[in-house]
Amino acid sequence: MHPAPSVIIFSTLSGLGFGLLFWLGLGLPAVTGGVAFAFYAIAYVLAVGGLLASTFHLGHPERALKAFTQWRSSWLSREAWASVATLLVMALVGAGAVFAGTHWGLLGLLGAALSLCVVLTTSMIYAQMRTVPRWKTPLTPALFLAISVAGGALLAGQTSFALALLPVAGVVQVAWWVRGDKALGQSGTDMNTATGLPGTVRAFEPPHTGTNYLLREFVYVVGRKHALKLRIAALGLGYFLPMLLLLIPFSHLAAALAVLSHLAGVATSRWLFFAEAEHVVGLYYGKRAA
Amino acid sequence: MTSLPETTVKKLGLVIDLDTCVGCHACVISCKGWNTENYGAPLSDQDAYGANPSGTFLNRVHSYEVQPLATSTKVQPAAQLVHFPKSCLHCEDAPCVTVCPTGASYKRVEDGIVLVNETDCIGCGLCAWACPYGAREMDAEEGVMKKCTLCVDRIYNENLPEVDREPACVRTCPAGARHFGDFADPASNVSRLTAARGGMDLMPEQGTKPVNKYLPPRPRDQLGAPDQVSDQIDVLAPFLAPVSDTPTGFIAWLDKALERI
Repeated sequence: MHPAPSVIIFSTLSGLGFGLLFWLGLGLPAVTGGVAFAFYAIAYVLAVGGLLASTFHLGHPERALKAFTQWRSSWLSREAWASVATLLVMALVGAGAVFAGTHWGLLGLLGAALSLCVVLTTSMIYAQMRTVPRWKTPLTPALFLAISVAGGALLAGQTSFALALLPVAGVVQVAWWVRGDKALGQSGTDMNTATGLPGTVRAFEPPHTGTNYLLREFVYVVGRKHALKLRIAALGLGYFLPMLLLLIPFSHLAAALAVLSHLAGVATSRWLFFAEAEHVVGLYYGKRAA
Repeated sequence: MTSLPETTVKKLGLVIDLDTCVGCHACVISCKGWNTENYGAPLSDQDAYGANPSGTFLNRVHSYEVQPLATSTKVQPAAQLVHFPKSCLHCEDAPCVTVCPTGASYKRVEDGIVLVNETDCIGCGLCAWACPYGAREMDAEEGVMKKCTLCVDRIYNENLPEVDREPACVRTCPAGARHFGDFADPASNVSRLTAARGGMDLMPEQGTKPVNKYLPPRPRDQLGAPDQVSDQIDVLAPFLAPVSDTPTGFIAWLDKALERI
């Protein structure tokens, strides 16, 4: 799949933003006044910034409001609803913390649950795709949720939670990769089912001499050879380095470095999420090994 | 609404005969022509006369080399070249429809055609992700998703002579490899063709339940069959028989000389 920068930025930033909103909803940290304003501002910049970035890849962003209509069937539509609901509820919780100096626990709990719903609906957009065997697994929502909650804990300064959740996210990440590398081969979709032809089927001649939308969008292969190095970078930056930085005596510099390192690692992981994903339409072009 | 209808009254679709298709790409061109000049946004091209041409097409013809599996009667069956036209299969369980967040994609209850309402499409591309067949292409000029309409503006068009009221690809195919009809009617041409020739689904494991069916190619010839020579009766056959596998004269000397080196 083509790793569109707008989608990678969106899912990385808003994943972290909604992760932070999750912890703020739980009242961890139980901040008020100016400090609360800073925390909520960071969360909203990340979450809303990510959502705005996601509209950049639309062919007609001016019609984006129509995406709220099909929540009965479409995960993308559900994501739109969940994100707006979360931002509204958490705005109230934030207003309580900043202006009234209190944490409205029940509303915060609702906001925290909604924050997880946003991440879940985002991940289900990918996890529902039977056409991309690497994504079609419950491990995909598990991975998105684990990264979001761990990153949120890191950003919320919940050191002990972050130290517990970062390794969990790392393990889910590795499990997702290991399963993903076998996914296309085990999906049952191959050249024979794609063409219905028996025997050994080999692409002899493509339908067009130039490139097209399908090849650009679904048959992205650039950077595959560096995948292992990038995976190591994603693991190191996203999970190990932040943990090390949390274990040394606390300083704001170390905490900031931990967050930046985590963000870079997650962005790398998200780039791989798309760049390594094999869409079965590549079979018709003879571009899939399986 | 992007929920799928439980059933459709008709199941209009195509039968594509892989045995008959000659790979001339006439269906590609007639499709592009009709759908650029008629319903919806035109199918645009980018850099059409430049170094890196690209464009939107609703129908494309792949070509595959097939090495059939060996059988007891054919130890080394002859390879075949199969031309493979591919357009929207108008699936009963169309995954492209349910993922659409705006309701732009829908499957018609009356005839089962899967269409895009271009004024509602935000161009998110999710439907193309969901389609295993590559039947949907985002138009780079219009920013909306384009797909086969089964020439919905031809098949019901009373301004056209009756003979032309079928999809442009079917009408134009010089080999008669494409057939249009109603799969809900067991007596229709397409239902009978599918039954008679073992019409098949593409990627059945994807659970899309495609309406369009493909007819498998029949074995091209008897190459590889052990009894092929003895069965043939031809007055010229003796002249075509292999002369000798062991060389004589100068060739034999050369052969030996080269062996020694």
